[in-house]
Formats: sequence, C-alpha cells, structure tokens
Amino acid sequence: MWLFNSSVGKKVVMSITGLGLVLFLTFHMTMNCVALFSAEGYRFICEFLGANWYAIVGTIGLALLMVIHIAYATWLTLSNKKARGNERYAVTARPKGVEFASRNMFVLGLIVFLGLVLHLCNFWAKMQLVELRGGIPEDGVDLIRYTFSKWYFVLLYLIWFGAIWFHLTHGFWSAIQTIGMSNRKWFVRWKWIGYIFVTLLMLGFVGVVVTFFCYETFHWPFLASIFGGLA
Amino acid sequence: MDKNISFTLRVWRQRGPKEKGEFKQYFMEDIPGDTSFLEMLDILNEKLINRNEEPIVFDHDCREGICGMCSLYINGHPHGPATGATTCQIYMRRFQDGDVITVEPWRSAGFPVIRDLMVDRRAFDKIMAAGGYVSVNTGGVPDANAIPIPKAAADEAMDAAACIGCGACVAACKNGSAMLFVSAKVSQLALLPQGKVEAKRRVKAMLAKMDELGFGACTNTRACEAECPKCVSISNIARLNRQFIGAKLSD
Repeated sequence: MWLFNSSVGKKVVMSITGLGLVLFLTFHMTMNCVALFSAEGYRFICEFLGANWYAIVGTIGLALLMVIHIAYATWLTLSNKKARGNERYAVTARPKGVEFASRNMFVLGLIVFLGLVLHLCNFWAKMQLVELRGGIPEDGVDLIRYTFSKWYFVLLYLIWFGAIWFHLTHGFWSAIQTIGMSNRKWFVRWKWIGYIFVTLLMLGFVGVVVTFFCYETFHWPFLASIFGGLA
Repeated sequence: MDKNISFTLRVWRQRGPKEKGEFKQYFMEDIPGDTSFLEMLDILNEKLINRNEEPIVFDHDCREGICGMCSLYINGHPHGPATGATTCQIYMRRFQDGDVITVEPWRSAGFPVIRDLMVDRRAFDKIMAAGGYVSVNTGGVPDANAIPIPKAAADEAMDAAACIGCGACVAACKNGSAMLFVSAKVSQLALLPQGKVEAKRRVKAMLAKMDELGFGACTNTRACEAECPKCVSISNIARLNRQFIGAKLSD
C-alpha cells in the first residue's frame, strides 16, 4: 500500500491529517470567539459538544488524526535522519528562502503536543471526560475565566500559540505542495493564503485568551461593553 | 586583473568508504583571483605530489558547468557560495585574503564517500534506469511541427531538463532526499506528448527506486532549490507528487 511504503505516500498522510487538524482548529477558534460575545451561546456549544454520540465520534476522529499525524511524523523524521547518513557537515549554512519553521517542524510539533496535553488537562478533562464518567461537567465559561485569570497559563498558552503559528505557516503550503496542488504561480499564492489564514486563526485564539486575561486582571469596563460575553 | 589571495583550506580526507575521515589543513599562498576553485585544487595537488603526498581525490570533468561531475560542499553550500553555478564555475575572487575555506564531500546515505571528496552517485543512474526514458521507437526525424507542443509546456520541460544530475539537491537536503532530481527527470518527459504515454509507469518506478536506494522524504524546506546550480524549481516536486498520487489512485 503506497500510503505506507512510499515516501510520497507517507507525506500524503501527513498532509491530509494536517489539513484535517487545521480545519478542526478553524472550528475551534470560531467557537472560542462565541465566548467573547455570548456566555449563553458558549454554554450551548459546551453542551452540544459534551458526551453526545456525535461529539464522541468527533473526538475519537480527532484523536485518530492526531495519533496518525504524530506517528507518521516520528516515522518520517527517523527515516529521514537515517537517509542523511552518519557523517554530519562540519559547516552548514541556511540558504536563502529556507524558513526556520520548515527545518524544525518536529520540534515545533513536540511543543504543540505538550501544549495540547496542558490544554486537555485544563479543559477537556474537566468537561467531556467528567461527563463521560457520569459526572457533571464544569461550566465552560467559568473554566475560561478561571484558567486565563492566571498569568502563567496565559504565558504558556501564548507560547503554545506561537509554536502552532510557526508549525502551520510552513505546514499549510507544505501540505498543499505534497498533494501536488501547487505550481510556480500557485506556490506564491498558497504561501500568502497560508500566512494570512494562519495568522488570522491564531489571532482569534490569542484574542480570546488576552481579552479574558485583561478583563479578569484589570476589570476594564469597556471590554465588557464591547464583548457581551464578559458581562 | 584580480589580486592574489592567501588562505587556509580545510579539506576532508578519507582513504576509503569504510575508513574514518578527518579534516586536513593546507595553507595556500598567492593564489590569483581568476583561478577557478578546481584549478586551485590542481595547484594544491601538484604541490602534494611533489612532496610525495597523496593528492586530494575529487570529481570533475567538463569544467564548464554542464556535466554535473564536480561536487564539492564549500563553506556549507553545495557548489560553493554562488547561486546558479557549479563548483567548477567558482573563482577564487569570491574569497577573501586570510579566509578558512572548508571543503567537504556530499554527505548522504545515498551517496557513500569513495575517497576524500569523491562520492558514489551511481544511485542516480539506477533511478534513471528505472524509468527516466521514453521507450517508444521514434523512427526517423519527424516534421518539426507534426506534434504541436505549447510554448509554456516546452519551456517548463526545458527548465526541468536543465538538471545535470550533480546531486547538490541531495547534499543540501536535511533529509538526504533526491526529490528535486527525480522530479526534474520525471517532469522533463511528463510535460511532453512523447513522454506522457509512459508517465504513470515512469513516476512509480523512479520514485520506488529512489525510496529503495535509501534517499529520504521531502519536507519542503526548499534548500535543494536554493542550492541547485541549474535553479530547478520545487514546482517540479509538486508535479511529481501530483503524478505519483494520480498514478496510484488510477491503479
């Protein structure tokens, strides 16, 4: 099967799972933003994505995407290292046009994974997991307020978002290139589309965290008057 | 007339594929700037021979940038500091008086060192033999415009065909991947009507051979494209991916 034993096939798996995860992040960001504008709306989403069969199927699907993406990343990284040979160059230079992210996707991915573990402990373990065990999940809005009132969580999340930004700015066009949907013209376009899309995506995540942090720390009334969800 | 420079050369010396290699330093004095890099090594080798030492082994042939034999990794760049040029097209005027110039062989599992700076690049021949050709009998010389080919496709195929198979892409790649080479060799035929007939078989066979020979997978860092002496574009890699996926899906 070419998805297992050819280099391009393995990359296609990375590409498709990666794009799937980007799509998930897009939904996630959109739903986070709801918390800014309506606490009621956010609670409805939390309930909707609780221990319902469709939410559980979605969670399992997501977990599968993650596991496949990480497993293939490890597999590819190890075999690529082997292909490089045992002798390393004494002098290396980064040629023009080579992005930082493209050379460090595995390390960035590792940071993203560690952030994910923290995030699951912060939220998922107190909501869907509790409900699955038959308990009563914590209130989503309260959890956001509590987590992002702590400066250290805010800092860790911002570092995490930074790593995701780097990972995705390369990952996006790289995924498109891998499935062959690029050429001389579209390479530049995909790169721009990727940078703009990923930046907006991450700004959405950052915006929610920073807004809640500022509101919980400084209690600026104008924030509550702009964002109905804070009131 | 360029001025003369003196500098230190750090050259990788390795007696055989299984032997342990090491850097040796050579001081080069008063080398004119219009000496080519390979001529400079010739000067050094003549000195070494006169001193009854083993000369440095390195690959070279046409010395005009089209044969793809020269293959030195100079100061962290395959084919040295220039863009769009092979090692033999590098002149000493690019370096400064007092520089330390490090010269290494291509390093990749697919290209084992034979001796000193010479590596075994027969893996590329094997990839070509796996499918990098058109096997139809073309007969006599046909009328020039019997098969219409769009200018854009002809240009693109010609750009891909500029690949001289030197292996700089593999040397530059952090994964030791030969994707740029394979993609250029697939593209130069896939874009033309004569090559389209066998396109599916070709892309599968060449890629399978590349994987079999221990080259890595592409992670789209673009180091290959930046270091390629013939400026072959990674858009060829996208085409290779497209063709490979298409061929597999239509199996």
